[in-house]
Amino acid sequence: MTAASPAPKLPVSLAANPRLSSWVNFPGKGRVAISPGKVEIGQGIVTALAQVAADELDVEITRIEMIRASTATSPNEGVTSGSLSIQQSGRALRHACAEVRQRFLAAASERLGVDASLLSVEDGTISGPGNVRTSYWELAGDVSLDHDATAGATAKSAAERAVAGHSIQRVDIPDKVFARPRFIHDRALPGQLHGRVLRPDVSGAKLIALDETDARAVSGLVAIVREGSFAGVVADSEAAAEAALKILRKTATWSAGEALPDEDDLAGFLRSQPVETTVIDTRTATTQKAARTLRRQYTRPYIAHGSIAPSCAMAQWDGDRVHVWTHSQGVYLLRADLAIVLKLPAEDIVVEHMEGAGCYGHNAADDVALDAVLLAKAAGDRPVRVQWSRHDEMSHAPFGAAMAIEIEADLDADDEITGWRHAIWSNGHAARPGRATQPALLAATEIANPYPRMISTNPAPANGGGGDRNSVPLYDFPAWTITSHRLLTMPVRTSALRTLGAQGNVFAIESLLDEIAALRSEDPIEFRLRHLRDERAKDVIRAAARRARWKPQKRAGIGHGVGFARYKNMGAYCAAIAEIEGDDDIRVKRLTLAVDVGEAINPDGVINQIEGGAIQATSWVLKERVRFDRTRITSTSWTDYPILGFSEVPVVDVEIIQRPEIESVGAGEAAHGPVTAAIANAVYDCLGVRVRDLPITRDKIIAAMELAS
Amino acid sequence: MPNVQFQLNGAATAVDADPDQMLLDVLRGRLGVTGVHFGCGAGECGACYVMVGDRAVASCDMPMWSVAGKDVVTLEGLGTAEQPHPLQRAFITEQAMQCGYCVSGILISAAALLKRNPSPTEAEVRAALDRNLCRCGSHNRIVRAVLRAASEIAAS
Repeated sequence: MTAASPAPKLPVSLAANPRLSSWVNFPGKGRVAISPGKVEIGQGIVTALAQVAADELDVEITRIEMIRASTATSPNEGVTSGSLSIQQSGRALRHACAEVRQRFLAAASERLGVDASLLSVEDGTISGPGNVRTSYWELAGDVSLDHDATAGATAKSAAERAVAGHSIQRVDIPDKVFARPRFIHDRALPGQLHGRVLRPDVSGAKLIALDETDARAVSGLVAIVREGSFAGVVADSEAAAEAALKILRKTATWSAGEALPDEDDLAGFLRSQPVETTVIDTRTATTQKAARTLRRQYTRPYIAHGSIAPSCAMAQWDGDRVHVWTHSQGVYLLRADLAIVLKLPAEDIVVEHMEGAGCYGHNAADDVALDAVLLAKAAGDRPVRVQWSRHDEMSHAPFGAAMAIEIEADLDADDEITGWRHAIWSNGHAARPGRATQPALLAATEIANPYPRMISTNPAPANGGGGDRNSVPLYDFPAWTITSHRLLTMPVRTSALRTLGAQGNVFAIESLLDEIAALRSEDPIEFRLRHLRDERAKDVIRAAARRARWKPQKRAGIGHGVGFARYKNMGAYCAAIAEIEGDDDIRVKRLTLAVDVGEAINPDGVINQIEGGAIQATSWVLKERVRFDRTRITSTSWTDYPILGFSEVPVVDVEIIQRPEIESVGAGEAAHGPVTAAIANAVYDCLGVRVRDLPITRDKIIAAMELAS
Repeated sequence: MPNVQFQLNGAATAVDADPDQMLLDVLRGRLGVTGVHFGCGAGECGACYVMVGDRAVASCDMPMWSVAGKDVVTLEGLGTAEQPHPLQRAFITEQAMQCGYCVSGILISAAALLKRNPSPTEAEVRAALDRNLCRCGSHNRIVRAVLRAASEIAAS
């Protein structure tokens, strides 16, 4: 076969894991096993990846079994995050499957005596002229996939693909509506015991004393584990474990903890801490004297992941080896941290993925895995399942970092932008496991020889950045300086939450643009289009505007606003238009979005992600804020940390600009920034006040009105 | 421990249980019923809903003493892949979830609603589901699926 345009080099994930058999296998007649390193976290990725494989192999998608990631067998694709799965795993699978298909065609050609170029594949059956035929499964014994991928295989062109680009039904949904155990929470292991961990209410408190006597009397108790400030129970049922924990909690003496900031002055706190300062980007122009400078500060609070299921894990020891079941986003990364804490070679630890509830970033999935491993030490060779409480989930899991952002915009006499300075004060947005010489897991800071709490850092700007994500304008301002101040203290534990800093930065940039357009009495959409050079960016803004019939007639009590970003400045393009109803309170009535992810492999999957992102962002903007006093997190229940409910959810209308010829990028984080800004701008349109301090609640609106008057 | 008798998904069920133990613990821990999910343990999220009569009830907040003699339905009792409830069919058609963890409780709330009110308006569906939390933002698909199931039931 002649390759028309062979891939010049292997996709990143395939280059790192070149063995074809680690991605594709034919385990039995009529079956295909596809083994990506990325994991299902409620985003539908396994379906999209199955589509890619079905296309390249020419098999019905129903033949494909998607194998859950495990360090025992799977390719190492790092972490399932950053909206990179379709990009990294999808490209690797497309290329690996194309090469597998090519190898089978070569074998079929030999067996059938027909030139490979005359053969075709239909649902795994290979046939050619003269009614000769064989199949992947007949040839499986002759074709070894224990070969490294080469750069020569040619994947199908967009036009040749039959499955990608179509909205097929997700493979996991039938299990979930028919109550077939699929979540880690529901998959009991034989002989399993149950563990619970005792954690302090006060942030960073150390366990000084513990009286185990009464807890030992609980029927069904197997063990009480104490190692430094790490303490927990193992029992034969969840009820017994919880009963023992409740008694133990009453007998625990804790040290004073560490002081938390003033929740009502987050900007003051963030701007007063020791920081590491990085200039992210500068653009210089011949200095023009500014007629005036607008200086605005924007803030967002700490935000909780708030998955509906608390984190859960299982662990089972076999001598010095341990097997862990987890809903972590990165099985290899978790294994690396476990190896540090346990002082074991990584090969002695198997970490296997099982689906959890929706995951929006670095939650407590990794933490609870170490909890299970430590408690299982007291269970001999029996597996121990540990599940966090709602309280611990809302107080001990990492939060999305609070941010203070100050922008100074220099304006000329016509209020055109001549200079732009954007500065961010925030904790780092990533403290994931497996990336440092010290572990990032909670219990590692509690055990007898504790590791220090890892201070969050930021991914490099080339990888999308962290606190600085989306801080460099996509607009053609003549000059700018973008500066990130990362805090070196971390009284409130932070790590990756959906979009990292992009939500805050897009909110800030798009709010100030809106304000300047209003100063100029210029339509905010025209103003944006005039400052953009990228046609794909302009297309999503125009599409959203068209779909929302921009700009609707002004009506009392109704406001409209727009927001736009290209996620990470290199991912999906998304424009959002919000329609809100406002008086004392804000109700978001309708969100109209247009999105461009390049080739949308599963268009309905993309729409689902954009809808979900838009609704989650609306919840962040209108309601969410982690609450604390000076010693403890106080928003530890759904009453104290309310999220948007069914009656409050806006209509969400999404248009996809399908571009089959352009490589796909992820959709999961594209909507948050634009929707946040669109709502804030609609609030101004409706009420005439700029709320620059999230969330936009009744109190914040009143405060903004007082400030304005 | 007293013996508590009740109907579970149409089958007579008897279990020795502490009267103060919650139904959720008994369903998951003793009877292996995993279609009820733990979410908060405080009756605030709806993941653990079961249907009692024509009402959706938080099983994490329902002590066993109050279960005696009741007719309890969990997601397992709604339908099967072979004989799905119209709601289950509609949730697949509408792809009405992202992670789906909350859906076990939402299907129960929706089933209870359709028992009480077979042709609800959209506003009535939203009101009936207001006590069920969804974090992935699948609300509108879920509402569409419930309305689809209702019209399917009406047409049959």
